[in-house]
Amino acid sequence: MIPILRKLGRDLPAMLGLGIVLVVLVIAILGPLLAPYPEDAAAAHLLRRLKPPSAAFPFGTDNLGRDIFSRVILGARGALSIALTVVSTAMAIGVPLGLIAGYRGGWLSETIMRVTDVVLAIPQLVLALALAQLMSPSIESAMLALSLTYWPFFTRIVYAETRRLSASLFVDALRGIGASTPRIVFLHILPNAISPVIVRATIGLGFTILVAAVLGFLGMGATPPAPDWGLAIAESRTYLPRAWWYATFPGLAILITVMGFNLLGDGLRDIVDPRLRRSR
Amino acid sequence: MLRFVLRRVALVLPSLAGLLVVTFLLIHAVPSDPAVAMAGDAATPEQIERLRKQYGLDRPIWEQFAVYLGKVATLDLGESAFTRRPVARDIVQRLPATLELTFCALALSVFIGVPLGVMAGLKHNTWPDYLLRVFSVLGIAVAAFWFAIMLQLLFSMQLGWLPLRGELDVSIARPTRVTGFLLLDCLIAGRLDAFADAARHLVLPAVTLSLGGLATIVRFTRAGVLDTLQHDFVFYERAMGYRRLRLIWIYVLRNSVTATVTQIGLLFGGLIAGGVVVEAIFDWPGIGSYTVQAILTGDRQVMLAVTLLVGTVYAGVNILVDVVHGLLDPRLMERT
Amino acid sequence: MMPVLSVRGLKVSIHTDDGLASILDDVGLELERGRILGVVGESGCGKSTLIRAVMGILPKGASVDGGEIWFEGENLLAFSEAELNTGVRSSRIGFIPQDPLLALNPVFKVGTQLLEVMRWHAPDDGSRGNARRARHVARLVSLLRRMQVPDPEQALESYPHQFSGGQRQRLLIAAALACAPGLVIADEPTTALDVTTQHQILLLLRELVAEFGISLLFVTHDFGVVAELCDDLCVIYAGQTVETGTVRSILDAPAHPYTRALLACHPDRATSFLGIPGTVPSPFARPSGCLFAPRCLDVRPLCLSARPPQGRSSSGAEVRCVQYA
Repeated sequence: MIPILRKLGRDLPAMLGLGIVLVVLVIAILGPLLAPYPEDAAAAHLLRRLKPPSAAFPFGTDNLGRDIFSRVILGARGALSIALTVVSTAMAIGVPLGLIAGYRGGWLSETIMRVTDVVLAIPQLVLALALAQLMSPSIESAMLALSLTYWPFFTRIVYAETRRLSASLFVDALRGIGASTPRIVFLHILPNAISPVIVRATIGLGFTILVAAVLGFLGMGATPPAPDWGLAIAESRTYLPRAWWYATFPGLAILITVMGFNLLGDGLRDIVDPRLRRSR
Repeated sequence: MLRFVLRRVALVLPSLAGLLVVTFLLIHAVPSDPAVAMAGDAATPEQIERLRKQYGLDRPIWEQFAVYLGKVATLDLGESAFTRRPVARDIVQRLPATLELTFCALALSVFIGVPLGVMAGLKHNTWPDYLLRVFSVLGIAVAAFWFAIMLQLLFSMQLGWLPLRGELDVSIARPTRVTGFLLLDCLIAGRLDAFADAARHLVLPAVTLSLGGLATIVRFTRAGVLDTLQHDFVFYERAMGYRRLRLIWIYVLRNSVTATVTQIGLLFGGLIAGGVVVEAIFDWPGIGSYTVQAILTGDRQVMLAVTLLVGTVYAGVNILVDVVHGLLDPRLMERT
Repeated sequence: MMPVLSVRGLKVSIHTDDGLASILDDVGLELERGRILGVVGESGCGKSTLIRAVMGILPKGASVDGGEIWFEGENLLAFSEAELNTGVRSSRIGFIPQDPLLALNPVFKVGTQLLEVMRWHAPDDGSRGNARRARHVARLVSLLRRMQVPDPEQALESYPHQFSGGQRQRLLIAAALACAPGLVIADEPTTALDVTTQHQILLLLRELVAEFGISLLFVTHDFGVVAELCDDLCVIYAGQTVETGTVRSILDAPAHPYTRALLACHPDRATSFLGIPGTVPSPFARPSGCLFAPRCLDVRPLCLSARPPQGRSSSGAEVRCVQYA
């Protein structure tokens, strides 16, 4: 752990990513305390509609007179909780499947990997949109739809690592001394396969925030009056070009957050993947 | 060569079969009853029962699946609840617009991304490299729908340089439909005014759509070049006095783009997905806006057909990528 | 007679994250026309840096800090990169790499790669365009035939991975000779091959030197190869030439303690399997006295304080050791 952090410290872009992620995390946790108008999560003030950015409202106000700065801050919690829920659910499905497919082999492995291929063959957004619609649009079905379409990425990675490791000499040696299968898989293979999973999860958090924003934008995710970034951009379209700030700032929030996770994920990958490390 | 291609095709067949099963299950095994959904909220139980009979929903599931397979095989994809037209006809009508947009975006990504990636690789760890790395992270992190709106805000609404939405200005008559590809049809009809206008309409959507792919291609080309430059043959070729430009743009690049080509295949999925949103924002009359419309109106036949189409196209593109891969690297062709 | 290649007091260092590393520190050698000079040393002694310095292709961060490289009467260090690329590489100095599989570009046909070299560097015979290309193909075919590559026309149309290791090395020898250079530099060209093939390639090289009128600089770590092939010998240790002379004189009576230790390690005449105790000194911190002193079995107090001068052994070799001063 310590050497990884030390290597990360030398990688300026990765440190920037880590910084962004930490700041977003703090904002998500302390949101209502940090926002100047926490009541604007729901309240409307029709007298101050669509005001441009000013000292009182740094990002301006929206069509219901709500402070966009506050709503951008309050939106972080929603975005992060969707991302964390989706990625952890996808991991809970994908990692065990990958372990089973990689270690057992045979028809079970074949079936799992075929299903994985099929799900991967359909662009995640299209499948998630279809699923979310079929389950009737809500934030929960959006999260479920995203989880159900993201797990194959983890299955692929864990499968590849497990195959590589279970063919290795050290696992052979463990079998030779009579170690039980669960012991080999959980104590010896999983810890070795975990670093690419962490890298994928980090990038996946950013990616999920992005796709969730698209779902929100298309009306398949958060519902008004939730302070959702994607939803805000969708609502703003009616008021363009006059209220340019309405669309701009929620979009910047998405951009910076996703960039933070991507930079951090890239940095972690460079440390974990020796092939790429060589090229730095 | 032929064996290589056939092998690739055989490899995706199970995936396509799986795709059929998944789409079938999507419609038939979701918690809500399709007949109830089709009939609408005000339907009586008798009406629902009639629909159930009409669509064969009362028969055993494997029989329904067989019927479904038969329909897909004859390209009978049902009727859109929204347009009241056969879905297959709608798709044929709209596919060229999507292909045109996707192709332009892909071309932009490749023709700008590959040279930039090579430059970043050559200038490894200098400021142009850092700049391109930051740019490529931004390109992946940006939400396409937001970027599209920002472009519209700046170039259409503020500056008025480019049209806001659509494929062609309403004041310009559409050329006769020959290929369905608007740019081609304009040229065939000899309508340069329409061609210019169509091209202007294409700029913002194509740029928006190309952004993610551009960033990915820059990243992978850069990594490929950095990897290739480490190989012994680069030193050997320098020692033998290869011309520098030819060494890089022919001999190194050819080795570096194999990873990029694989990425282009994967990108295609992203392009289709991105196209859904971009088309919706720019009112582009393609499959993407059709999909969004279907999703917003709960038009299941269309969603099913689009999922099927996208999965098939994706599989096809990946076969193509494998073949190009084989052509680029002769060692692959022999291994199979 | 003027030597073909003459290197004097060559110093090369490289800037790394950990500081300045001295890779070559006073290397000198002379290659007479029509002869084969073997350069011998352990891995890490600077052999490949020496080759790179002569070819003018040093790795990133490395620079020549001193010394001279004279080639056919011209100072190579004064040449610009463009001059080296257009007027020296391939056309005047041919190169045979260590590993023929890694050295060939895997995704281009062998013919494409060899013709690329000839296109820019083959001597001008007045022909142009297709005629010129046809002459190049003809020359390659005859060269490959001379190298005993079966079916040369077919070979040009094949990809590198379709050949065996020995065949590939023959292809690369042909490539090195294709533009009729006066000097050929070979970087351990037989290391990657099995013993039988190695022997055949050495025989071939021996014949080619006389037949094509070239001089050969042959870099290796293997004394057995030197004994079989070379006329002259230059032993390098930690970036310094420690002993130079004819192969006969040095093999019969190795003078420098390092040469003696190396020879003692060779399987053909091994007196022990222990190797040389200790390791090559770090390029970041070279000892102030003789570089070999920390490992020398014959070390004297003087060796630790001052750099040893050049001396001459009884058999006529130049030796960098206090015993012969």
